[in-house]
Amino acid sequence: MVIFLSRLINGISLGSVYAIIALGYTMVYGIAKMLNFAHGDVIMVGAYVCFFAVANYSLPPLVGVLLAMVVCTVLGIVIERLAYKPLRQAPSLAVLITAIGVSYFLQNGAQLLWGSNNKMFPVFLNGDALSLMDGELRVSVATVVNVVACVAIMLVLSWFTGKTKMGKAMRACSEDKGAAQLMGINVDTTISMTFAIGSALAAVAGVLYMSSYPILVPTTGSMPGIKAFTAAVFGGIGSIPGALLGGLLLGVIEIFAGGYISTQLQNAIVFAVLIVVLLVKPSGLLGKQIREKV
Amino acid sequence: MLKVENINVYYGAIHAIKGISFEVNDGEIVTLIGANGAGKSTTLQTISGLLHSATGSITFEGENIAGIPAHKLVGKGLAQVPEGRRVFLQMTVEENLEMGAYTRPGIEVEPRIQRVYELFPRMKERRKQVAGTLSGGEQQMLAMGRALMSNPKLMMLDEPSMGLAPILVEQIFDIIKELHKAGTTILLVEQNAQMALSVADRGYVLETGKIVTSGSGKELLSDESVKKAYLGG
Ligand SMILES: Nc1ncnc2c1ncn2[C@@H]1O[C@H](COP(=O)(O)OP(=O)(O)O)[C@@H](O)[C@H]1O
Ligand SMILES: [Mg+2]
Repeated sequence: MVIFLSRLINGISLGSVYAIIALGYTMVYGIAKMLNFAHGDVIMVGAYVCFFAVANYSLPPLVGVLLAMVVCTVLGIVIERLAYKPLRQAPSLAVLITAIGVSYFLQNGAQLLWGSNNKMFPVFLNGDALSLMDGELRVSVATVVNVVACVAIMLVLSWFTGKTKMGKAMRACSEDKGAAQLMGINVDTTISMTFAIGSALAAVAGVLYMSSYPILVPTTGSMPGIKAFTAAVFGGIGSIPGALLGGLLLGVIEIFAGGYISTQLQNAIVFAVLIVVLLVKPSGLLGKQIREKV
Repeated sequence: MLKVENINVYYGAIHAIKGISFEVNDGEIVTLIGANGAGKSTTLQTISGLLHSATGSITFEGENIAGIPAHKLVGKGLAQVPEGRRVFLQMTVEENLEMGAYTRPGIEVEPRIQRVYELFPRMKERRKQVAGTLSGGEQQMLAMGRALMSNPKLMMLDEPSMGLAPILVEQIFDIIKELHKAGTTILLVEQNAQMALSVADRGYVLETGKIVTSGSGKELLSDESVKKAYLGG
């Protein structure tokens, strides 16, 4: 029982990080109708920025996170402007290939700038926050921070898209860009804004991910990136609650698969579950009918 | 108010609009009629800035607006109710109306919403419902209400009667007349030539990207070739 609970908690903790990353995929997909495969590598850039801020310049971790968010926000906007915006009218395959290109560009850029050797990400969050069942079940500070960050981000985002003018404009754009323009909404600005938000969240997720998997290399972002992409598809790409549900489920499945079955088959099981879900419900758990980019 | 001169619009290699010119004067209802595929929607989208003309000019209130991006035209007093309504199906009626007033300052929004509710009491009853749950006629009303939210000088409507039962078509046309009386200039695109010509001051007949006939609503209603092609006899 204790083992089960502690695995469940670890799963939710990891799943919270996936959910934060998945939000970036899902929001960008919802508006730009494209899969931004470079999203995972933005996580890596965020992690490096925070690493240097804290390890080299001895800045407080929170400042490191904020700095990472600022850099990633700018990076996200620049990527969209330079690489994706010129392809707005292009076939989705061209956009997809470009996104893969951007991903490699970021990884190689990181290798060039920061080298390919492992960097040990400093531990900011150590110790246990809670001790339950006579100390048999411990919940680490990192877990609490992951879950709280995920919940807070979800609440802010649902307020933003539900109540603010900019958030409503985003929803309008995701439904019908032409009609949104007829309302006076600047679609380019809205898309930029979406990339900015997704990338800022990627920075946060990068730092949180590092607190569980602290080895930082230029390819650090690809695994959580692919997992979170899977989570977004699992939950229903384009759906914000879907990203949360998909992320949490994926995290729990991953930890259970590793704990109860085999750590070697862990990832294979995760993707097998995805395939089964998509066979049964092609639009994902909470997804609506997926509309193809026209 | 609006003067379109010699515009040519292409979809890749398809030459959809072939050098058309027409105008809409202050306070008029002008209609553009023509069969499916004649180029009516393309014309409206070009005026709205969603498509661009390779030649000529589009003058609105004395300013050449050709080439200005679509989202900047609403603020100048130009609104379009697009073909097929295109309301935001996953947003509520009220949110759709708010989007219509996107370019207006916040304090103007609420009074305008109330005005739209006076015109369309149905919308008030349904204000918290998502637009996807509305009937076709209600969606058309919402699309019109949404366009009115920007308080346009010129309202362009693209086939507002499409797919609606005759009784609803009457209602929609009554509202168009009402808006016109209240001072809005109207450019009405229709396949329902009978209805459109009977409310219009003037009309233009569009055939495969060219204007072939024009005249007052009455003249066109009694024009032999128009009768034959568009009025069923
Ligand atoms: N997106 C498009 N791509 C290519 N051709 C188009 C497109 N939209 C319209 N057309 C073509 O342009 C012509 C005019 O279409 P349209 O303006 O929609 O006509 P109408 O509104 O009068 O029915 C038609 O021949 C149509 O096939
Ligand atoms: Mg049309």
